[in-house]
Amino acid sequence: MNPFESFELAIKNIAAGKVRAFLTMLGIIIGVMAVILIVGIGNGLSNYMVEQFQSMGTNTLNVSVFGRGSSRSVSPDAMYELVEDNPGYLSLVSPVLGINGSVKTGSETYSTSVTGVSEDYFRIRQYEVATGRGLYFVDVDKRSNVCVVGSYIASEYYPGGAAGEKIRIAGADFTIVGVLAEEADSEESGTDDAVYIPYSTASRLGSSAINTYVLTVVSEDEAAASKKIVEDELLDVFGNSNAYRVQSMTELLATMSQMLNIVIIVLAAIAGISLVVGGVGIMNIMLVSVTERTREIGIRKALGAKERYIMSQFVIEAATTSAIGGALGIAAGYGLSKVARQVLTAVTGEALAVAPSTAAVLVAFGVSAAIGILFGYLPAKKAARLNPIDALRYE
Amino acid sequence: MDAKPLIEFRSVSKYYYMGDNVVRAADRITMTVRHGEFVAIVGQSGSGKSTCMNIIGCLDVPTSGEYILDGRSVGELGKNKLAEIRNEMVGFIFQQYNLLPKANLRENVEIPLMYSGVPKGERRRRAVEVLTSLGLGDKLRNRPNQLSGGQQQRVSIARALVGNPALILADEPTGALDSKTGREVLSILRRLHSEGHTIVLITHDGSIARMAQRIVRLEDGRVVFDGPSEEAGI
Ligand SMILES: Nc1ncnc2c1ncn2[C@@H]1O[C@H](COP(=O)(O)OP(=O)(O)OP(=O)(O)O)[C@@H](O)[C@H]1O
Ligand SMILES: [Mg+2]
Repeated sequence: MNPFESFELAIKNIAAGKVRAFLTMLGIIIGVMAVILIVGIGNGLSNYMVEQFQSMGTNTLNVSVFGRGSSRSVSPDAMYELVEDNPGYLSLVSPVLGINGSVKTGSETYSTSVTGVSEDYFRIRQYEVATGRGLYFVDVDKRSNVCVVGSYIASEYYPGGAAGEKIRIAGADFTIVGVLAEEADSEESGTDDAVYIPYSTASRLGSSAINTYVLTVVSEDEAAASKKIVEDELLDVFGNSNAYRVQSMTELLATMSQMLNIVIIVLAAIAGISLVVGGVGIMNIMLVSVTERTREIGIRKALGAKERYIMSQFVIEAATTSAIGGALGIAAGYGLSKVARQVLTAVTGEALAVAPSTAAVLVAFGVSAAIGILFGYLPAKKAARLNPIDALRYE
Repeated sequence: MDAKPLIEFRSVSKYYYMGDNVVRAADRITMTVRHGEFVAIVGQSGSGKSTCMNIIGCLDVPTSGEYILDGRSVGELGKNKLAEIRNEMVGFIFQQYNLLPKANLRENVEIPLMYSGVPKGERRRRAVEVLTSLGLGDKLRNRPNQLSGGQQQRVSIARALVGNPALILADEPTGALDSKTGREVLSILRRLHSEGHTIVLITHDGSIARMAQRIVRLEDGRVVFDGPSEEAGI
């Protein structure tokens, strides 16, 4: 009597009571389905997040100075010097200086984000210039009143083309020299609703000091070392590590991915609890089944079945039930993942791929078979231990 | 009477303790059954016939005394070994047939061979052969509940025979059958005896017991008569 024959017997028994077998499996089906769905959604979110970060550039360092008064700030010259001194780690830098004040096209006044940046800013952010030109070093050097506008501004206020047109920013006249390519969907207050001017011009217009810089690192693998170089410099300037913060996008992405993974694991574990509940359900039905089949067990024993044969018959039956449940759960999980993808895409407007990983599927299947063995063990033991005479007499 | 002993009971007892009472289901029974014999064990209800049969069939072990089956002392054997002996040496025929209701006839008859590790094809062939020899060759795929009582009992005889055991143990094999079908079953047993099988038949019916060569009468767990059936006085 080999395990394959036990398996055949198990299949026969399960097929003989399909409704009951299905109800027995239900806990496992739901558990596996939930795990697969959650892991799938988690993977989708995680991929989406990575994509978003990558489109923003994961090779950047953001420097924020919490300056209290103008004495607490670091000058653009110092930052440029730092980049020049560390060509192996840092490549580009741009101050980022937002200014307040309304913007006016013709007689129409509106609010948008106006930011002073260097000529390298668009490369750092990976923004493309669609028409006209970007900012040049001479613009910064001469504090020229020129600006580059986002695609929303261009399409909304300059239907005939923005390049070369006039715009009034914080009471000063500017010339639009270029328009950026669409980044997001040219929405109001989105990435494309923006005006960029030379930072030198910006600091003349607004009086506040420059507190934010964005830099690029030469290699993302050296992000941590590069970050350290900037931090050391700032510590020298401020003498206090609370006065500034340097954020590496690579590190931020890693941290966020890690957090998201923890959330996914916790959720999957919670869903996994229902697998255990499913296992208890299987154990319950198997115990009932042992009682119902006491006479059969007695007959088999009288005919020469050893304890281990009876044992393996019941364990294999439990494992088969559970594994079939696992397979159905996987199928249901895939089906629901498809539905979830469509729902999430419809709700968020983003193409979110809900993708259950093969590893998750294999683990779910393996775990459900293992649960069958685990929870089938006790009933099987009970069956194997039955005294043949008592079992034969059982009505 | 010079055949080798198959069953040897040496002062075999089986006691059940019910509170302060002791039920002596088998009380110091000593007897020997040789290869090729046809023995009937008779006695009133509760006299210890089934107890004897369980011990003979290695379904149970005695409280005291020694049971030697085909030269091997059974008392020292473990559960697995007892299962092997039941499988290889004993063919059981029960009053209630004890067939598996969900399996068809052929599958029912295959069970002992399955547990002795006979390969599938061989198993099938032998099951079909035995069932056919008992006139059930056209019902191989039927379930037991589609058969009459007499037919079901023939299936259980087929199952008892298929492993070619040294001993056939029948506990009230005709108890659930009418007298005509009962006679058919008995004639099968007689034929098996004439073919050389050792048969121990348990019954409370004197007319059935007379078909055996030898009768052992039990009363309150004790042997009160052991001799040729003509002398049993029934
Ligand atoms: N498991 C048990 N526990 C307690 N007493 C038992 C048990 N099995 C049998 N007995 C007792 O042992 C005695 C002999 O029982 P046994 O079943 O051997 O009788 P029997 O001769 O087969 O009777 P019947 O013709 O009714 O089948 C009876 O008094 C019975 O009550
Ligand atoms: Mg009895």
